[in-house]
Amino acid sequence: MNDPAASDEAGGEADVLIGLAGIGKTFGRVTALADVSFDFRAGECIGIAGHNGAGKSTLMAVLTGVFRPEHGTMTVAGRAVRDYDPNAARTAGVRCVFQELSLCANLSVAENVSIVHPELRGRAWRRRATQMIREQLDAIFPGHGIGGHELIADLTLTQRQMVEIARAFTTVSAPVRLVILDEPTSSLDAHTSSQLLAFIERAGRQRVATILISHMLGEIERVAHRVLVMRDGRVAAVLPRDAATQDAILRAMGQHVEVERAPAASADAARREVEREQAGYRFGVGAGGRVSIDARRGEVIGFAGLAGQGQSDALLAVYEAASKRRERVAFVAGDRPRDGIFPLWSIVQNLDIRWLLNGAHARGPLRLPRPIDRRASGALAQTWRQRIGIRGAPLDAGILSLSGGNQQKVLFARALASDAQLILMDDPTRGVDVGTKRDIYQLVRDEAARGRTFIWYTTENDEFAYCDRTYVFRASRVTRMLHAHECSEQALLAASFDKAAA
Amino acid sequence: MNRTLDRARVRALLPALSLVAVLVPIFVLQPTTFSYFGIGLLLNLAVPLVLATLAQLAIITANDLDLSIGPFVSLVACIGATLLVHRPLVGVAALAGCVLLYAAVGALVEYRQIPSIVVTLGLSFVWNGLAVLLLPSPGGTSPAWIASAMGYQTPLVAAPIVWSTAIALGAHLLLMRSSTGVRLRGSGGNPRAMRRFGWSLVRAKATLYGVAALFGVLSGLCLLGLTTSADANLALRYTLLSIAAVILGGGEFVGGRVSVIGAVLGAITLTLAASFLAFLNVSPDWQVGMQGAILIVVLSLRVLLQRRGAPR
Repeated sequence: MNDPAASDEAGGEADVLIGLAGIGKTFGRVTALADVSFDFRAGECIGIAGHNGAGKSTLMAVLTGVFRPEHGTMTVAGRAVRDYDPNAARTAGVRCVFQELSLCANLSVAENVSIVHPELRGRAWRRRATQMIREQLDAIFPGHGIGGHELIADLTLTQRQMVEIARAFTTVSAPVRLVILDEPTSSLDAHTSSQLLAFIERAGRQRVATILISHMLGEIERVAHRVLVMRDGRVAAVLPRDAATQDAILRAMGQHVEVERAPAASADAARREVEREQAGYRFGVGAGGRVSIDARRGEVIGFAGLAGQGQSDALLAVYEAASKRRERVAFVAGDRPRDGIFPLWSIVQNLDIRWLLNGAHARGPLRLPRPIDRRASGALAQTWRQRIGIRGAPLDAGILSLSGGNQQKVLFARALASDAQLILMDDPTRGVDVGTKRDIYQLVRDEAARGRTFIWYTTENDEFAYCDRTYVFRASRVTRMLHAHECSEQALLAASFDKAAA
Repeated sequence: MNRTLDRARVRALLPALSLVAVLVPIFVLQPTTFSYFGIGLLLNLAVPLVLATLAQLAIITANDLDLSIGPFVSLVACIGATLLVHRPLVGVAALAGCVLLYAAVGALVEYRQIPSIVVTLGLSFVWNGLAVLLLPSPGGTSPAWIASAMGYQTPLVAAPIVWSTAIALGAHLLLMRSSTGVRLRGSGGNPRAMRRFGWSLVRAKATLYGVAALFGVLSGLCLLGLTTSADANLALRYTLLSIAAVILGGGEFVGGRVSVIGAVLGAITLTLAASFLAFLNVSPDWQVGMQGAILIVVLSLRVLLQRRGAPR
């Protein structure tokens, strides 16, 4: 609080390092940033909070010159700049510590320093680089035990993160003015984390501005002079230091909640009838099967939490357990190009692949190969094309001739057309347009009413309105189980973020 | 910290150890080879393979694989045996054109994101076809200056050792120690990060492919100087031998992790392995298989070392 930049608002105007005015950026039909205006001032630590897909990473990519904004203007030290690229960002003194580290594992620590400093060449560059990184490591993480000549591949994850952070503060000719720290403490332990936070405060006194993105709200509360809360690519709120409590940040993140709650209820009546079977699923996932997941027939179960907190692994564990028990199970992949589609196959072939396995378990591994009933598979594809609304190409065309949303529908049809009773979905609406999403929600509801069980991992909080129960994951553990009526945006956010006193 | 140092040192020593493991039995079996001329004879054909290996290493640094280096070396030898003798200017221009073409292929591979294996496999037929056009049947002569350079007798230590050492040190300084070399290796280690920091991947890959072509040209000319005549199929086996030598020398297929000195030692080891098997009276039919067995043993050793030293 004793920081000058934070206290005198009037004098701060002159100190604007980077100014954003009306910045907008879209990817295809997805708006990643819309009308973002913010001033980053010298010596100030800005905390940035927001849920997945709120636009934090895109905003950082704009600041580092990786993405060029489509709308709005950027100013550096008061002057408007037009060609803002990575080199311009470096000259302006902007450095970034990326969430997935940007170190080259095949190079040594010192060699990795030379990658961010093109000026580092000629005689004795290696010695200068070693000296620079050791100075910064000594300043930020005293007692770090890194010499500078080790290969990155030989370091532990914590040490790598320390190197990545220290590297951002090294200087050759252009001074460091603004350092972006994107989840810098994700691989640090408590001791090194607090070393880093203390250093951020010291750097602020030397007029170095920092941006701290973290899901540990306690860290933001501790060091940030102002907190920028983002939601749906927009600035949801800017909280001054006094108002930036963890509760206030959570409240700001959860603004504009418009969840339509009706659908889950309307499917209820139909489901009750199915529940005469009463039978359900119970799975133990996680290390040693500590997390137990219950799913009754006809239920939609949600997996929530921030991206990458072990939900996908839990889904895979459920899939393996179910396959072992000879349950009829199908999986809808979220990462389409990687583990969803067969890019060289036609739409029909992509759609009927799971259907071809119908009854495979019952017949055992020793069944004879038999020819595919082309007519039946064609009819199946026709039916599902109409039911699910696959548009854009004839069924015998290649899968890649469809748009992304329609490809996702094919993957859905692949699972639904089979005899599977348990359907696992790994963030299936990632990057899918609103119309397709609505179709998918409708299908999930209808199929659940017919007694199928869904386990649904999604990063979009409003989708949990369709779930009967929601398990919130954090660090590969279930932190909370929410029933449909208590599954509000607030509760989800509170359970996904670490709200422990820091 | 000591542990990491030790591990790095053991890893770096492995290629040298495998060389010793082949060299010592040779000296025991045939003591006469332990002399100036003996070593010269043993390692005579090592120099072109060392150069071809460094060409392959440049490509592997960029996370790619060159399946055309053997045919390319043969083509260079054919150009050297025909054009370079009769019309030296045209010959030099043809070689320079080859280097530029290689660099352009590197840029194309990165720019269009096509798999290098497909491109270089296709190119291998192009190089081979051109070589057959130039020299339909084995023949030609080596330009006098190349032959005399390769026949030069260095004092004290046999010429192939001097050449190999000089090449290894030069390439090591350029790729492993210079700041430019570090950035080229970085583009193989983490391309996304390099692009983020404003480096051009297209330029890096074009440079590495161009360097590979330069080493390929040197390899072809060396080979021509040793054999004094050329053949369109002269060096086809270099493709796989060079890959094996890079891997034997501690390189990895992905991640831009290579070692120049290790690769040179690997190339020498592979050259010696053939003689070693001949001294053991292994029939030529079995030699290729035995070379494969040696490779498997060395690579297994490396995996064991890595597993034992894996960070917990």
